[in-house]
Amino acid sequence: MDLNELNGIAADQQASRKPCVIRCCTAAGCQSAGSAAVLKALQQAVAEAGKQDAVEVRSVGCLRLCCQGPLVQLDPDQRMFQKVRPEQASSLVAALDGGTTDAEPCDPAAPFFALQANVVLVNSGRIDPEQIEHYIAADGYQALAKALTEMTPQDVVEAVTRSGLRGRGGAGYPTGVKWSLVARSQGERKYVVCNADEGDPGAFMNRSVLESDPHSVLEGMAIAGYAVGASQGYIYIRGEYPLATQRLQTAIRQAGRLRLLGTHILNTAFDFRIDIRIGAGAFVCGEETALMASIMGERGTPRPRPPYPAESGLWGYPTLINNVETFANIPQIIRRGADWFASLGTPKSTGTKVFSLTGKVRNTGLVEVPLGTPLRVLVEDIGGGSPSGYIKAVQTGGPSGGCVPAHLLDTAVDYESLAAVGSIMGSGGLIVMDDENNMVDVARFFMGFCMDESCGKCIPCRAGTVQLHRLLTRILDRKATRRDLVLLEQLCGMVRETSLCGLGQTAPNPVLSTLRYFRHEYEALLRGERRHGGPHPDDQ
Amino acid sequence: MAVRTLTINDKLVSSPEGATILQAARENGIDIPTLCQLDGLSTVGACRLCLVEVGPAGRLQAACVTQVAEEMVVRTETPKLREYRRMIIELLLTERNHVCSVCVANHHCELQDLAVKLGVDHVRFEYLHPHLPVDVSHELFGIDHNRCILCTRCVRICDEIEGVHTWDVSGRGTNARIISDLNQPWGDSPTCTSCGKCVQACPTGAVFRQGSTVAEMEKDRQRLRFLLTAREKREWLV
Repeated sequence: MDLNELNGIAADQQASRKPCVIRCCTAAGCQSAGSAAVLKALQQAVAEAGKQDAVEVRSVGCLRLCCQGPLVQLDPDQRMFQKVRPEQASSLVAALDGGTTDAEPCDPAAPFFALQANVVLVNSGRIDPEQIEHYIAADGYQALAKALTEMTPQDVVEAVTRSGLRGRGGAGYPTGVKWSLVARSQGERKYVVCNADEGDPGAFMNRSVLESDPHSVLEGMAIAGYAVGASQGYIYIRGEYPLATQRLQTAIRQAGRLRLLGTHILNTAFDFRIDIRIGAGAFVCGEETALMASIMGERGTPRPRPPYPAESGLWGYPTLINNVETFANIPQIIRRGADWFASLGTPKSTGTKVFSLTGKVRNTGLVEVPLGTPLRVLVEDIGGGSPSGYIKAVQTGGPSGGCVPAHLLDTAVDYESLAAVGSIMGSGGLIVMDDENNMVDVARFFMGFCMDESCGKCIPCRAGTVQLHRLLTRILDRKATRRDLVLLEQLCGMVRETSLCGLGQTAPNPVLSTLRYFRHEYEALLRGERRHGGPHPDDQ
Repeated sequence: MAVRTLTINDKLVSSPEGATILQAARENGIDIPTLCQLDGLSTVGACRLCLVEVGPAGRLQAACVTQVAEEMVVRTETPKLREYRRMIIELLLTERNHVCSVCVANHHCELQDLAVKLGVDHVRFEYLHPHLPVDVSHELFGIDHNRCILCTRCVRICDEIEGVHTWDVSGRGTNARIISDLNQPWGDSPTCTSCGKCVQACPTGAVFRQGSTVAEMEKDRQRLRFLLTAREKREWLV
């Protein structure tokens, strides 16, 4: 395989494209709503209408508006339909020629779609994730070819640094800096690891990217391997994502067959293999040192850093660990240039971010926006507001994050602004809450999650989260005294400062942030008032 | 060997490069409390008692795993550290059953000693009182999970010194347990050599010699020191 052959595959794919395409979402959200049957019915309907030569029924990745699945989109007129049932298939096929259909339309020009960006999700909902030719026809693997033939590894690191890309796993560490650390580290072997152990409650960004466009992650990893000097990559994916795992396996096999992975990639001296490691259901394995222990077949518990993985990672060799979305951004940075990427978002938080919008909001689903977009746009315009008409808070960053109250909804979504209001960007979960949600209850939910997911290695996290959960339960049961509230705050501070890894250090965040903005709800319970979720005093 | 000069509690001390803050402090007669650390075993930084404040910002770092650096400024005793250490002991005391008056290790227990030293005269948290088993299926020894603080000294000494790895940890969070082999009774363990090193390493009365009653179990740490010297220096000093 060389560049000419790659371009040949793209041209063949373009040439064989049928005039009409019916795209049916088969990502996990729509599949659980029954899209597999819809896809089959559509294929049958096309065959029955004798239109196989003119119409392609394509299984695509996420079409974003997950709450209205199964979603179907018609190409070329881009009309979209929601909650499609298999029996509507024949009328949808007829609609291609201007016929009528009883399928429920969904407006692709609605704010939910119109206000979104298309960088990481550019191929999501357009290409068939199980067909490498589709990805190649959408300029896939061009970035890898460009990196291998026109750029030195230093050039690649330099481009990633210049793009301003920051780690999409949550902490926001500059990706270029991480790459250059691993590139400079001495080691007879190096590894590239993709962290796909997405475990935050309410988060499904990485799953959607892997299910919709797995090749973009593989290409990003291969480029990273070239940049840092690694020839082996691992994708650590959680066991709860069988469809994403299966699509990744298919993608790795297809890329290997075309020599886009393996040895002598694109007729160069560069070798890169990718293997999948499947997690067994431990949230803590998303922490990089625990993840590496798990890959090496050990018990998934974190270890103190330093040494950082960049110096001593898998089996003691320098290891680069990035999130799924970070890798998915790489091919475009290389292909379209670092300056193009840096022009998106804000100067300190460049590019876009994928969020999974869930909770008390009309439109739940997958959302990609430029960084710096106000939270209000995400929740009220794209999300369509809450069905009850009242938004109390938005929880960002999962169990490590915090609740942003309604009066701060104009906060820009970028790493610094969210940190300034006591939350974090995190991996991209956004949970909207209304007046039915008691914030103490919310804090206890996340504390219960951290308690169950603590590995048990260090005492503050193992025993501290249990006591925090007990204190919150006592407050909710209206059995707590003012002393308990003081103890709760002291223990939060102690667990945050003394825990061994990020899971424990950030476990008190949901409590601390609700105490910061919704202390009155704690106080009300202390006074013995019934649980309530009424409006915030500042909003009245 | 290069020497690093650092300040611990306003005292200028020097220490060989690569040494940990804990080693440097102990060399200079400065005591830092520890539970999971045991000389001769790998360090895991799990108990968090040896946290010290490092640098002008006072960042908390585990002394047992943090290497000394030139001009490092370390504080081992501050009000905050004392409070956090107290809380850690309180959390341990509430997590399982640590009733000293009926424990084989009474008066010979590191957890008890630390509680006394740190002034833990009462506990602010709720006792959890879990129902945990006592395994006395081994002919010489027993393990009482109620006394276990999951420091993993037994796991490490069995793996690193005896070279057997009979012990490991199962479960997670507060449900984590020390297990022998594939979570089978200790007495059925085909790998255990009955060497008793875990009994000597245990900081509390969790792993004990059968037949000892309240306060009777004294640890013979000299035996571990002897083994260590023999392994590292090839000197068989009794």
